[in-house]
Amino acid sequence: MSDATLKPPAAATARTIAFPPEAALAPPVGERAPPGRIAGVSSALAGRIAGGNLIGWLVPALIVIVWEALSRIGYLQPNVLPAPSAIVAAAIRLTASGQLPESIGVSTLRALAGFVVGGGVGLALGLANGLSRLSEKLTDTSLQMVRNVPHLALIPLVILWFGIDEGAKLFLVALGVFFPMYINTLHGIRNVDPQLIEMGRIYGMKQGELFWRVILPGALPSIFVGLRYALGIMWLTLIVAETIAAESGIGHMAMQAREFLLVDVVMLSIIIYALLGKAADSIARLLERLSLQWHPAYRK
Amino acid sequence: MAISTAISPRHTVSGPVHAGGSAGPQGGASVTLRGIARAFGDKQVLRRVDLHIPAGQFVAIVGKSGCGKSTLLRLIVGLDQPTDGHITLSGVTAGEEKTAADGVRIMFQEPRLLPWERVRGNVEVGLGRDLPKAERQAVATRTLEAVGLGDRGGEWPSVLSGGQKQRVALARALASGPRLLALDEPLGALDALTRIDMQRLIEKVWSDQGFTAILVTHDVSEAIALADRILVIDQGTIAADLAVSSPRPRHRGDPELAALEGRIIDALFNDQAAGI
Repeated sequence: MSDATLKPPAAATARTIAFPPEAALAPPVGERAPPGRIAGVSSALAGRIAGGNLIGWLVPALIVIVWEALSRIGYLQPNVLPAPSAIVAAAIRLTASGQLPESIGVSTLRALAGFVVGGGVGLALGLANGLSRLSEKLTDTSLQMVRNVPHLALIPLVILWFGIDEGAKLFLVALGVFFPMYINTLHGIRNVDPQLIEMGRIYGMKQGELFWRVILPGALPSIFVGLRYALGIMWLTLIVAETIAAESGIGHMAMQAREFLLVDVVMLSIIIYALLGKAADSIARLLERLSLQWHPAYRK
Repeated sequence: MAISTAISPRHTVSGPVHAGGSAGPQGGASVTLRGIARAFGDKQVLRRVDLHIPAGQFVAIVGKSGCGKSTLLRLIVGLDQPTDGHITLSGVTAGEEKTAADGVRIMFQEPRLLPWERVRGNVEVGLGRDLPKAERQAVATRTLEAVGLGDRGGEWPSVLSGGQKQRVALARALASGPRLLALDEPLGALDALTRIDMQRLIEKVWSDQGFTAILVTHDVSEAIALADRILVIDQGTIAADLAVSSPRPRHRGDPELAALEGRIIDALFNDQAAGI
């Protein structure tokens, strides 16, 4: 908490250094000034992430403490809601037996494989349809029709097609991830400032340079929004798919535990999903901050 | 204000902004328009404009909103094609995709900087990819110094003020040593003091580099402060073509200039009365 309360003055100082009102007021270090300033900004950024995360974890920590206390005094039945310590014990037990790491590995790999396939195709089609009217006319209507079918509604069909194989989960995750990536990429490209594109043309940029230097960086903030949506849908889809039909992975572990009334393992599975989702989002946000440093909204 | 430090007295700068750059200033380009007309649908924006601008002249085009002055500028730099007539730049017919090759640069009311590239990177946009990277950086740095932003090359554009952003845009336009610089109300969005600073800067680089300058503006006093010649555009034709012979640097409030300003404004409004 004290860490967080110290932040505002530090940030304010950094700002007065980073934004001198006019050039003459800048320290006379010439070319050396900008790198130093950037280092200052990024260390302030790291400090903010740490500070923000500390506050963010405060409420979950409080819930765990209250939960543990209620379990200890016998208010919560262990066969309904086991104590956090019991869940930790289950985690240690399953880690020792190797089942937990294996399940996490299998689920993560599935999620990422589906994400790469669906996200990649979504990004590619979004770029193609954003850049080419013909491509958009050809595919966008069909895509919008498919988009209006909830992809989880396809589970029975997918099981008929793929059985409960890896293919089924890969297909569902890829389909779920595809649309947020596609729509946000397309939207990002459409919203690149046409004045900047005109400027690029006037300055003799060829198609390739125009894309890499003007269009893609301009679309990037929107692509990142799509990425973060896609990551959320990726875990959601995987959880549903693994819970309904799977022979391995976290969902399978949870369903197996249900058979034997191992509530602690079921709870553990749910928490693992939460942590994996949070980790994916944090990585996406870090990437966002690193690649959108130029954007005032991500710099501070 | 720091900007004033950038407007160093003329004698401190000797020679062109970036002597040694591969695309050094080659003098100005002359511009000739013959029977230029431009229509958008039924609306005839320009009708039979004939105009010759000698190399190195500073021409201001003034007129009311919608009179066709920006259209005329876009035609000259090749951003738009006339429905009739033709345009030559130093004897070469102007056309699409020729702007960069012919040493034509344009500066807009908006700076149009790439927000994801640092200031120096934005100036390098004006140099094209043919130059080696080290040389591009050196020329960009020199050009930034010439506009008074030598120490801001590593900044993101978003931390700069409006006037500083326009200076970067000017540096980008000047980096390749253009032969014709088209200015489409480049100072319209700036506050009055910053505008005077920028006017002085533009006048200085113009007299140093010797390019032809065409300034579109609705600010008559700006036109008088900067131009050798003022064209008043009204209803798609050149309504008046006035020479401004006062010596430079011109002082605001000079009675001769004030009288000229009054005449131009009268011309603009009398025409309007006659038109209605």
